[in-house]
Amino acid sequence: MTTIAIQGGRVIDPANGIDATADVLIADGQVAAVGPDAGKDASETIDATGLVVCPGFVDIHTHLREPGFEHKETIESGTLAAARGGFTTICAMPNTEPPTDSAAAVEFVVRTAQAQGHVRVLPIGCVTRGRAGKELADLAELAQAGAVAFSDDGSPVADPHLMRRALEYASMHGTPVIEHSEDPALSAGGVMHEGWVSTRLGLAGIPTAAEEVAIARNLALAQETGSPVHCAHVSTAGSVELIRSAKARGVRVTAEVAPHHLALTHEAVMQGAREAPGGLAYDTNAKVNPPLRTPEDVAACIAGLLDGTIDCIATDHAPHATQDKLCEFDAAAMGISGLETAFGQSLSAVPLEKVIAALTIAPAAVLGLDRHVAKIGTLSEGAPGDVAVIDPNAEWTVEPETFASKGKNTPLAGRTLRGQVVATVYGGKVAWQA
Amino acid sequence: MIRSTGSGQAQEPTVQIATPPQARTPWTRRHLLDLDELSRDEIETILETTDAMKEILGREVPRVPALRGRTIVTLFYEASTRTRASFELAGKALGADVINIAAGGSSVEKGESLIDTVRTLEAIGAEVLVMRHFAAGAPYLVARHVSASVVNGGDGPHAHPTQALLDLYTMRAHIGDMRDKRVVIVGDIAHSRVVRSNIWGLAAMGAQIVVCGPPTLLPAGMRPSQQQTEEPLGLPNVEVQTNLDAALEDADVVMALRLQTERMHGGLIPSIREYATLYQITPERLSRAKTGALVMHPGPINEGVEISPEVATSIQSVIEEQVTNGVAVRMAVLYLLARGKPA
Repeated sequence: MTTIAIQGGRVIDPANGIDATADVLIADGQVAAVGPDAGKDASETIDATGLVVCPGFVDIHTHLREPGFEHKETIESGTLAAARGGFTTICAMPNTEPPTDSAAAVEFVVRTAQAQGHVRVLPIGCVTRGRAGKELADLAELAQAGAVAFSDDGSPVADPHLMRRALEYASMHGTPVIEHSEDPALSAGGVMHEGWVSTRLGLAGIPTAAEEVAIARNLALAQETGSPVHCAHVSTAGSVELIRSAKARGVRVTAEVAPHHLALTHEAVMQGAREAPGGLAYDTNAKVNPPLRTPEDVAACIAGLLDGTIDCIATDHAPHATQDKLCEFDAAAMGISGLETAFGQSLSAVPLEKVIAALTIAPAAVLGLDRHVAKIGTLSEGAPGDVAVIDPNAEWTVEPETFASKGKNTPLAGRTLRGQVVATVYGGKVAWQA
Repeated sequence: MIRSTGSGQAQEPTVQIATPPQARTPWTRRHLLDLDELSRDEIETILETTDAMKEILGREVPRVPALRGRTIVTLFYEASTRTRASFELAGKALGADVINIAAGGSSVEKGESLIDTVRTLEAIGAEVLVMRHFAAGAPYLVARHVSASVVNGGDGPHAHPTQALLDLYTMRAHIGDMRDKRVVIVGDIAHSRVVRSNIWGLAAMGAQIVVCGPPTLLPAGMRPSQQQTEEPLGLPNVEVQTNLDAALEDADVVMALRLQTERMHGGLIPSIREYATLYQITPERLSRAKTGALVMHPGPINEGVEISPEVATSIQSVIEEQVTNGVAVRMAVLYLLARGKPA
């Protein structure tokens, strides 16, 4: 029996309320024991003295780009980036080419990930056929093939009637719908948050109302149908407030926030990572949808995460090729390559214990992933042998050129982050080690 | 860079361009991207250099060899008559070689990226790149990737510094010191690169700035319904008016902006007719301004929309003078950027 022990670290397992110095013993790819000296007879050991040991992170919002956009990312490169970021499970968004709107497309992701993946990939299927927003995809067939959730992410399901039917239909198998909340008429043409920075830069703005109108619609539909809805990448104070009051009256809603919405404001577009001619960066690496918003929005997202209004952190890892960003701001693709900076960036805004909970058990619970992988996001006995080993105090400089992801598009280039993933164990094997 | 060492310096003594009367901080900037980073002193330097350029343009042969052997490329991704032509005339009056490139369609459609295009132009010897682009920030992107000087000839709705400079020059010629003078800019404030650059320039010169238009044509942060927050506006302080009569009260300068007639499609205005009713500069309206207030317009004009024909051609109108001054101002900018370029 192959055994691996992570020894002597501070074990934080929010699902089981554990925060203590202990060994984690993994046998045959599963957590066998957590406790003092539990790992002393293991065949392989990782010394975690002075480090934090927790369940491998779970990202329920990752763009892996394969098939169709392999120049931006592949399942192989994206899962290695995940491992470097401490993630052992990532849910692949279906906005590929072709989109993941058929059983065959789901199976492609599953098979490719099994053959080439460094960590576990759980596919998300489309809500509508071809992500076209016209008719429902074959949702039951997608679920049967392995889709763990449905989303047209990148676009909203703009038609409220179709969204209503999607929520009703999907609930029959308990498969959650993740909605990219954006009113396309309000956001049309916008390339950044509408505010003083967009005025300053002469860029077309995306108003906060573009998100809040859609969130309000989705909450009303969730209430109407009694079906759950998960709000992707919440970015505004108004959205947080809408979700808070909906939760208070019992609407079945969950929400996620991306690390960049916890730590960056729209000023990042102007300032950029390095000094710019004319003092205005027009940093395309800070172009993301939903856009980076105001300090008040950031504060509200943090408060929402801390008080449970927002359930979890999800990266919205959106890798792009160099040429997709090295162009005019209006023409640049939206998205941030986030897997490798997610932990450090989140830790800059939220306490360690909360970050770990929001990256492990919380996202697993949001999508009910334990239906697919028992005890995922925990260090319970019998849980998958997925562990992240973290140095929460290590400072490091973000160097995109060293990313495992093909997407070097981060607004954090050259910035110092505190909190670094030292090793990632997936299924009892070291997937990545610093 | 391609240019041979020292050729620029060798030409200097043969050029007769009056030195600004006051000793100012020497001009050290490589690019002119907007007026936001220029001090009052630097703007004065440009305006005084413009005086010298006007003198040259008044000569029988309006040519000096100040920039002989230098290559200026105008790269226009958007249609332009006056800006492109005046940059070309300005460069030629200073003896530079001027190459005009009209890039039809977007760089993406052409299949060549903007950066590849400007690197190509630099490789063939462009030392000054004058750029007009439909995307805000495009000249900033170019400035990061070339060693040539970049002059922003208008980037989307963001900035149009040489237009603002010629506006300042024209105002100065008639009014002199602009401190505390009331300058009212009327029209599509949200989508105007002319306004943004003028706000920076006028603020540096100490003028009092008023912008006026319907709330739908005011940018975020300026709409009257928006609560004043702790957030900065991102631009110097301006008085915002939606009522033209109130805005024009005691104005020293009235600047009307071109209304893009397609603005009504996005619901920004109900109709051209209603817009003209509310915001057209008419003789009656203008009577609220100070006697002899200057009337300006960056062109091209929609007569009968933002300005009545009587006003546009009245004695108070300096619209044609703005165009004339455009050449001299652009000569000054090109001269200051290119004359002392390090080899």
